[in-house]
Amino acid sequence: MQQDLVDAIKAHPRYQELVWSRRCFAWNLTLLMLVIYYGFILIIAFAPSWLGTPISQGSATTIGIPVGIAIILSAFILTGIYVAKANGRFDALTRAIQEDLQ
Amino acid sequence: MRWPPLLILPAILIVPGIIWAGPAVSGAVERQAVNWTAVAMFIGFVAATLGITYWAAQRTRSARDFYTAGGGITGLQNGLAIAGDYMSAASFLGISGLVFASGYDGLIYSIGFLVGWPVIMFLIAEQIRNLGKFTFADVSAYRFAQTPIRSMAAISSLVVVAFYLIAQMVGAGKLIELLFGLDYWLAVVIVGALMMIYVIFGGMTATTWVQIIKAVLLLSGATFMAFAALSAFGFSPEEMFRQAVATHPKGAAITAPGSLVTDPYNAISLGLALMFGTAGLPHILMRFFTVPDAKEARKSVFYATGFIGYFYILTFIIGFAAIVLLAQHPEFFKAEAVGPDGAVLRDQLVKGLSGGTNMVAIRLAEAVGGNLFLGFISAVAFATILAVVAGLTLAGASAISHDLYANVIARGYGNETTEIRVSKIATFTLGILAIGLGIAFESQNVAFMVGLAFAVAASANFPVLVCSIFWGRMTTAGALAGGTIGLMSAVVLTLLSKAVWGDVLGHVGPDGKPVGLIALNNPAIVSMPLAFVAIWIVSVLDRSERAHRERLAFEAQRVRCETGIGAEGAVSH
Repeated sequence: MQQDLVDAIKAHPRYQELVWSRRCFAWNLTLLMLVIYYGFILIIAFAPSWLGTPISQGSATTIGIPVGIAIILSAFILTGIYVAKANGRFDALTRAIQEDLQ
Repeated sequence: MRWPPLLILPAILIVPGIIWAGPAVSGAVERQAVNWTAVAMFIGFVAATLGITYWAAQRTRSARDFYTAGGGITGLQNGLAIAGDYMSAASFLGISGLVFASGYDGLIYSIGFLVGWPVIMFLIAEQIRNLGKFTFADVSAYRFAQTPIRSMAAISSLVVVAFYLIAQMVGAGKLIELLFGLDYWLAVVIVGALMMIYVIFGGMTATTWVQIIKAVLLLSGATFMAFAALSAFGFSPEEMFRQAVATHPKGAAITAPGSLVTDPYNAISLGLALMFGTAGLPHILMRFFTVPDAKEARKSVFYATGFIGYFYILTFIIGFAAIVLLAQHPEFFKAEAVGPDGAVLRDQLVKGLSGGTNMVAIRLAEAVGGNLFLGFISAVAFATILAVVAGLTLAGASAISHDLYANVIARGYGNETTEIRVSKIATFTLGILAIGLGIAFESQNVAFMVGLAFAVAASANFPVLVCSIFWGRMTTAGALAGGTIGLMSAVVLTLLSKAVWGDVLGHVGPDGKPVGLIALNNPAIVSMPLAFVAIWIVSVLDRSERAHRERLAFEAQRVRCETGIGAEGAVSH
C-alpha cells in the first residue's frame, strides 16, 4: 500500500473511530469469554462440589449441567453479538472511509 | 460459490444401505465381522466425494484455486467446512465415550474445545483474512524478514500437522478395524490414499466439500441419535440423569466434576492449550482465506461456533443416554460383564463394554436405530476421519509449498505452476509418511499427540500471530525468539510429562505406576507465557536498523487489517 494512501486513511476521522471502537469491543468480549471460561475452571478446581449440588431438592440434575450448557451457549451468543455489531456499525464505518477516498 | 452437482448424496447413501442391510453384527467379538451396510454406505460416500473431486479438479488451475478454492466460499459453507474440519472422530467417539465413563468430565472437555472459537472471532479471523493470502504465515511474517519467520512458522505448522495426523491415522486404523472388520494396515492405507486423491486433484475445493458433506452427515446423524435416545426418557433430561445415576457404577458422582481435573495448574494449563491452540491450528486458520472478505470470515466463525457447540451438547446427551440404554443390551458387553440373570453387572458397565468406551456412540446407534443406522454412523465416522486428515494434509502441504518453497527457497520469484507442483508432491510425500507412521505407531500410545499439537499451536503459532497483528513494536528477532522458545518448550515439557516419560518411555515411580519428571500434564501454562515474554524482551531490546523499519511498517499493515483496503480479493468463476 502506498504511503500517501496510508496517511490519508490514518488522517480520516472515521478511521480513528473504527480502530478505537473495534479494539475496545473485541478485547472486552475476549476478556468476558476468558472470565467466563477460567471462572468455570477455577470453580472446578476449588469448589467442584458446588457444581454437583442438585438444582432442586431430590433432583438428579446438578447445577453444573445448566452451567456447562450456558457456557456453550455464551460462546455462541458472544460471537453473534460481535458479528451483529461488526457487520453493521464497523462495516458502515469502513464503507464511509472507502467512499471518501475514491 | 455454486453447490456442486453431486449433492444428491442422501439418495446415494441410503439406497445401497437398504439393499445391503444384510447380516446382523455380532457384538461379542472384539473385531467385527464385515458390516456390509456400513461398507455400502461408505462406498456411497467415497463415490460421491470422488465425483466432487473430479468436478473440483476441473476448476482448480491457479495456486489460488488450489489453496483457497478461488476464495469464493460463502460464510455458511465455510462455517460448515470449519465444523467438518474441527469435529474429529476423536471428539465424536472420544467425548461421548468420556461422558459414558465419567459423566460430567466429558462436558468440561468439550467446553475447552469450544471456547477457542470466540477468541478466533474477536482477534484472528477477519484480521488474517485482510492480511493474508494462503497460509497464516503470510500474516505472521507480514512485515518481517521472510526467510526466518516463514521457516519457523512452516516448521511449527508441520509439527502440529504431523502429530495431529499421526494421532488421526492410528485412531482411524483402529476404529475402522473395529467397525468394518478391515485389517489395520489396510484401513490406514485406504484413509491415506483417499486423502491424497482429494488434496492432489481437488485441492481446497474438494477438501471443502468433503468437510461440508461430512459436517452435514455427522450433525444429522448425531441429532437423530440424541432425539431417539431422549425419546426413551419421554424427552425429560431429568429422567435421563436420574436413570443414569441409578445405572452407573459411580452413581451420583457422574453429575459432578470428577477425576479429570485434579489440580488448578493442570486445569488451567489444559484450558490454555485448548482455547489458544484452536486459534493457532494451521488447517483451521487456512480456512479463512477461502471466503471473499472479512464479513464472510466473521459469519463463518459464527456458524462454526453454533454447529460445534450444538454438536457437543448432542455428544453429552448421547453419552448420558448410553449409560442407561446400553445397559439394556447385554450383547454389547463381554461375557464376564454379564451376570447369571442375563443382565449387565453394574460395576462392569464401563470396563465390560466390548470394543471399549470409544464404541459408545456406535453401540447406541445400533440400540436406537438398528443395523441400518449402525451402518450409517460407522460410515459417518469413517467420513469424519477423511475430512479431518484431508484438511491437515492440505495445511501441511501449503506450509511446504507456499511458505518454504515459494517464499524461502524461490524468494517470491518462482512461478505458480511450479508452486502447485511442489504442493502436490508435498501432499503425496505427507500422505506416504502418514501411512508409514500410522502403521509404525499401531501399538504405541498416541494419546499425548493431540495434546502436544494443541500445545505447540498455542505456544508457537498463536503468540507470534497475535503479536504480529496487534503489537507494532515486535521485530523479526522478537518473533523468531518467541516462536522458537514456544515450540521448543512445548515439545520438551511434553517429553518430560507423564504421558511421554511414563506412559510411552516406561519410567515408573516407587508404586510401579508411570510417572513424569514434571507434574505438568500439558505444557501450555509455562510454554505460552514463555513465548510472549521472549517476544517482548527480544523485541524491546532490538535496536537494529531493520527493527526500526519494521516498526514503521506497522501503520500500513494496521490500515489494511482494519479496513480491508489492499486485501486479497476473491476470483469469481
